[in-house]
Amino acid sequence: MTARKRGAAIDIKGATKRYGNFTALDDVSLHIEPGEFMTLLGPSGSGKTTTLNVVAGFTDLTSGDLAVGGKSIVALPAHKRNIGVVFQHYALFPHMTVGKNVAYPLTLRGMDKQARDRLVVRALDMVKMSDFAHRYPSELSGGQQQRVALARAIVFDPPLLLMDEPLGALDKKLREWLQLEIKRIHRELGTTFVYVTHDQEEALVLSDRIAVFNQGRIEQVGTGRQLYDEPTTLFVAKFIGESTSLRGTALTSGNETSLTIAGQKIVANGKLASGSKPVVLLRPEKLLLAGTNTPPAAGQNSLTGQVSEAIYLGSGSKYQVTLRDGSVAIVRSSLEATPFSIGDTVDLRWSVVDAKLLADDDRADMTMT
Amino acid sequence: MRLAPSRLLLGLFCLLVAVWLVMPTLVIIPMSFNEKKSLAFPPSGFSWQWYENFFTNPDWLSSFFNSLRVAGLVAVAATLIGTLASLGLSRMKHSGAGLLRAILITPMIVPGVVLAIGIYAVYLDYQLVGTTTGFVIAHTMLAIPFVIIAVSASLEVFDARLETAAASLGANRFTTFRTVTLPLIAPGILSGLLFAFVTSFDEIIVALFITSPYLKTLPVQIFTSITRDADPTVTAVGTIIFIATTLVISAGLIISSKSTRS
Repeated sequence: MTARKRGAAIDIKGATKRYGNFTALDDVSLHIEPGEFMTLLGPSGSGKTTTLNVVAGFTDLTSGDLAVGGKSIVALPAHKRNIGVVFQHYALFPHMTVGKNVAYPLTLRGMDKQARDRLVVRALDMVKMSDFAHRYPSELSGGQQQRVALARAIVFDPPLLLMDEPLGALDKKLREWLQLEIKRIHRELGTTFVYVTHDQEEALVLSDRIAVFNQGRIEQVGTGRQLYDEPTTLFVAKFIGESTSLRGTALTSGNETSLTIAGQKIVANGKLASGSKPVVLLRPEKLLLAGTNTPPAAGQNSLTGQVSEAIYLGSGSKYQVTLRDGSVAIVRSSLEATPFSIGDTVDLRWSVVDAKLLADDDRADMTMT
Repeated sequence: MRLAPSRLLLGLFCLLVAVWLVMPTLVIIPMSFNEKKSLAFPPSGFSWQWYENFFTNPDWLSSFFNSLRVAGLVAVAATLIGTLASLGLSRMKHSGAGLLRAILITPMIVPGVVLAIGIYAVYLDYQLVGTTTGFVIAHTMLAIPFVIIAVSASLEVFDARLETAAASLGANRFTTFRTVTLPLIAPGILSGLLFAFVTSFDEIIVALFITSPYLKTLPVQIFTSITRDADPTVTAVGTIIFIATTLVISAGLIISSKSTRS
């Protein structure tokens, strides 16, 4: 392997794209560090693919700026940008062998045959496809085709690699294996990767940081842990991981705010204006179930509800608890916890500090896919 | 295995249709070896004289070379124009594309006689009657629809996203066309080229109108010789053309089946 080469930094500033009355990208700004693995995550139509197409040069911006390695590339056509792109549909040239496909960008750059062959072999080695150089794309499976497409996109050593749902057409097993392959290749190349997906698990597996897109805007940028533990919007909270959101009404007296949820009072970890209607966000592993006869511990909140679903998962159990107002909580409990069955009246408990208070947002439900 | 009567009947019917379709072509082959100067069937005796006549008589030879020259030029011109038109049409997104395509196809639908009258009237004014230019312009117009249909069919199955991929790998528009688009639609272009050649080579209606004693194409020569003096040379010509076209079309089919496999 040659010496590690750093990728390029990407700066997207105020990127806006309008199609008539429809705004596909609404003032998006994003900084990506050299060599970073950045995932653009969001539901379909959220603007993540538009952002990728803008960076690749397939789509022009209505306004805004775009720089790779500190240089603005807005005015450059796609073929002069020197950015690798991997497509969901592979886009291998069917009339060329695997070897010719991978050599294509090098031929365009006027490289002599010897140097070209060496780089093609290296790129195919990297994706473990060197035995297939003489095959035609139609003779390969989807996963193999995508690995060849990856080799073709990295063979000319671009400082930036864009991937548009590259594993979207593959089955789950293959997808999980290729995710690890992509991670390994990212580590070995040191190139900046920008990866588009609507699959939050895939985003968590692969990324250094994730930008969550919704309706043409970025909701939040952060590491997977930040997005999971400290979501700033309800949309992000619901898009990343499982969660329970309970709607309540705030009542503040002195320094303490209490919330009324489903007719019961709980303590809020924060001060809110009386009468405001926040959403209490709880992750399934932060919730506990207890019999109504045991008193809650100090610093714990408790709401009474009824078990409406109980699923044994092997490593633990998963429950759905329906509260009096009809809202449903999802609880994951360990094997040691007391088991409950459907119909049991239980207390739903959590440490006051483990709840996140977020502003309500009806878009968060509407745009879920 | 016993054959059901209904299947036997169906088989006989199919055979009859097949014979009906091939017979006129097959009849001319024995006739071309006729000993007598007549078009009577069945022929009597055996001789090569009508083949000899075709290759030695300047009237026959010059008309044959006229047809080859015109059809060759038409094939090139119609393929070039038709391919460019197809590419343009495939990139047009709005509804105008359908209308434009319909207009470009009209020479194939409008009766040949109608076109011939129009062409003849215009050619008289511009002194194009009996000229190679006149023939090439008229026949190219008739051949373009065939090229458009053939090339459009291959563009239909061409994945335009490959062009985006080529751009991302560093290819400009022209290189993309040369290295990706063209090789993938080549079978369509080739079959368009063959169709264009054949369209011109055996065209008779327009040719009869715009021909002159100085420029006769082969179909015109066949037509006039058979109406004037029932010259059996036409059967020899027919046989030669039949064998040549069979070879060319088979070659075309083999090429296109090879390219679709990869």
